[in-house]
Amino acid sequence: MRSTIMRFAALAVAGMLALAPAFAAPSPTLAKVKKNGFLRCGVNEGLPGFSVPDTKGEWAGMDVDFCRAIAAAIFNDPKKVRFFPTSAKVRFTALQAGDFDVLSRNTTWTISRDVQIGLEFIGVMYFDGQGFMVPKSAKVTSARQLDGASVCTNTGTTTELNLADYFRANKMKYKVIAFERNNEVISAYDKGRCDAYTTDASGLYAERLKLTKPDDHIVLPEIISKEPLGPAVNQGDQPWGDLVRWTFFAMLNAEELGVTSKNVDQMLKSPNPEVRRLLGVEGAFGESLGLTKDWAVRIVRHVGNYGEVFERNVGQGSPLKIKRGMNALHTKGGLQYAPPVR
Amino acid sequence: MATPLRIAWWRRRRTRDLLFQAALIAGVLLLFGIMANNAIQTVERQHIATGFGFLDHTAGFDVVQTLVRYDETSTYGRVLLVGILNTLLVAAIGIVLATLLGFLVGIGQLSSNWLVARLARSFVEIVRNLPLLLQIFFWYFAVLRALPGPRESWGVADAVFLNNRGLYLPAPVAESGFGFVMLAFAAGAIASIFMFLRAKAVRERTGRVSPVAPGTTALLVVPALLASAAAGFPMSFSVPALSGFNFQGGIVVLPEMMALVVALATYTASYIAEIVRAGIEGVARGQTEAAQALGLNRGQMLRLVIVPQAMRQIIPPLTSQYLNLTKNSSLAVAIAYPDLVSVFAGTTLSQTGQAIEIIAITMAVYLTLSLLTSAFMNWYNARVALTER
Repeated sequence: MRSTIMRFAALAVAGMLALAPAFAAPSPTLAKVKKNGFLRCGVNEGLPGFSVPDTKGEWAGMDVDFCRAIAAAIFNDPKKVRFFPTSAKVRFTALQAGDFDVLSRNTTWTISRDVQIGLEFIGVMYFDGQGFMVPKSAKVTSARQLDGASVCTNTGTTTELNLADYFRANKMKYKVIAFERNNEVISAYDKGRCDAYTTDASGLYAERLKLTKPDDHIVLPEIISKEPLGPAVNQGDQPWGDLVRWTFFAMLNAEELGVTSKNVDQMLKSPNPEVRRLLGVEGAFGESLGLTKDWAVRIVRHVGNYGEVFERNVGQGSPLKIKRGMNALHTKGGLQYAPPVR
Repeated sequence: MATPLRIAWWRRRRTRDLLFQAALIAGVLLLFGIMANNAIQTVERQHIATGFGFLDHTAGFDVVQTLVRYDETSTYGRVLLVGILNTLLVAAIGIVLATLLGFLVGIGQLSSNWLVARLARSFVEIVRNLPLLLQIFFWYFAVLRALPGPRESWGVADAVFLNNRGLYLPAPVAESGFGFVMLAFAAGAIASIFMFLRAKAVRERTGRVSPVAPGTTALLVVPALLASAAAGFPMSFSVPALSGFNFQGGIVVLPEMMALVVALATYTASYIAEIVRAGIEGVARGQTEAAQALGLNRGQMLRLVIVPQAMRQIIPPLTSQYLNLTKNSSLAVAIAYPDLVSVFAGTTLSQTGQAIEIIAITMAVYLTLSLLTSAFMNWYNARVALTER
């Protein structure tokens, strides 16, 4: 009996030593991901541009691509991800319970979620704000005219709280009809149950595509809240948080340095020291994350830099045609800014 | 004298039984201990907030239907109360409707009229064989699609309106002097109960049946009417009127609630119908023949002979159906009816992230509701059970 336990212990220690690269503090989550052979990623059940299954059943969208980027960094294969569609209501509980390794589901970063729910937000993937959509026939041009309106939304979101704040601050009355799932919200709005539909502006443009007559609806100009949307992981595994965070930063830095999925191989020969450090030609930053030297090369080659991911999914290369706006790089008048790799 | 058979202490039956019991209890305790310990460690490692303090925190979101005063500045504790009351409302209305419909259909299945029996049978087979969630969606979206928008509402007498925002009814508003009317009504009600009991006593003593319905109805209505006339009709109505987007004033029955109640009531009624049919068919055929021999008509036969005996077999499974209906009402969240699961185990949970506490409270509430329903039905069952003399 005792000898069996000892043997197991020895085996475990040997295994850990073999797996752990020289620099890395061991991340239990990374070890588990490697053992599983795939990343488990919690995503939206269906939000065009962010996470939606296409006709072939392949997931597509910004949030989806981010998980592919992590998988590319770890396995050099963006396909080694399993997606778990999750409703707004259960997403945090599912992450806490360890149903997936990263939550990449257009989730707003707030103090209560960061501190009380025990999440670790890794950055802002998409700077957003809450808006309203109304039928053109209602002849409403401003959210200020919504006094007395019935408003459809999702339960378990910051949207519900912002809505209450906005109407209270403007001394207006309203009725909130809160559904658990996106499809029911949009279906009820489409059938005239509500005068207005509210969610993050990006979501409004995306959900509008699902309406029977998208052109009969307009998005009102008011943005009533700050919605910094980003991926999150559980607290308690700092190295894992670092890995996910720097995957995101690598995508931003790649865009800033002009490294794209097309030119990444030529860029390996670039004389620019910043590019050389990012792509692992100089330094050992990948190893310190528990990855390989060429981690960023893998991300950019398989998934692309931040700009490519944005344009492909929600920007000019997509039906949504959302402008970069706040999501442009800081060098181009936006808010996206990544710390340097050094 | 034979020596008593000696059995080693560890082979004695009693000792063994005790040992097995102790081992089982220890095992169960250990399991729960491991589970609790695991939960505590996870919560600590991931820095998740704990405790019940959140019940005093401001909720900050609105709820579309509240039976008690509630606004965005109310606490999560208040949200819990709002959710419980909304669940109770749907369950209570659903149980009453399901029982009425279930008995009708159940008796209908045994009708000698071919059409009625077939219709009742088809209702049961269709409704009980489709998933409840699908039926809820069906009713909700069917109702929404059929109803007009607020501006094209269907109205009756400019006081009752129906549109896809709900059914708007005038709300009675009590004015001063209304208390007298209530007193008069209460007095009338007590008098009518006396009258009923007296008639029953006379019937049991002499077998003479005297009609009580006209008398009791008069006692219920006349004193209340006289009192309100004397006080100058101290009641007014808040009538719903279109202003802005929707109707304001009056009482509104949400389409979510209509759909949920209809779905729950029909679904449960299909099961109750089968229970009622089984109960009636379980009454010995001789009872019907005896009743016929006594010269009772079909209504009297059912009311006085068959149903009272069938009830003994109906009540216990009926209780399960009531419990099911109450628990099934938690599907409300799918169509945005603000029940306990939606506003408390849903919105409150995702705002606070305290899954363990909130799910524990929610389970405790449903358990309490179910146990109370069971207790009541058991009491009723004991009353109608066969009295053996």
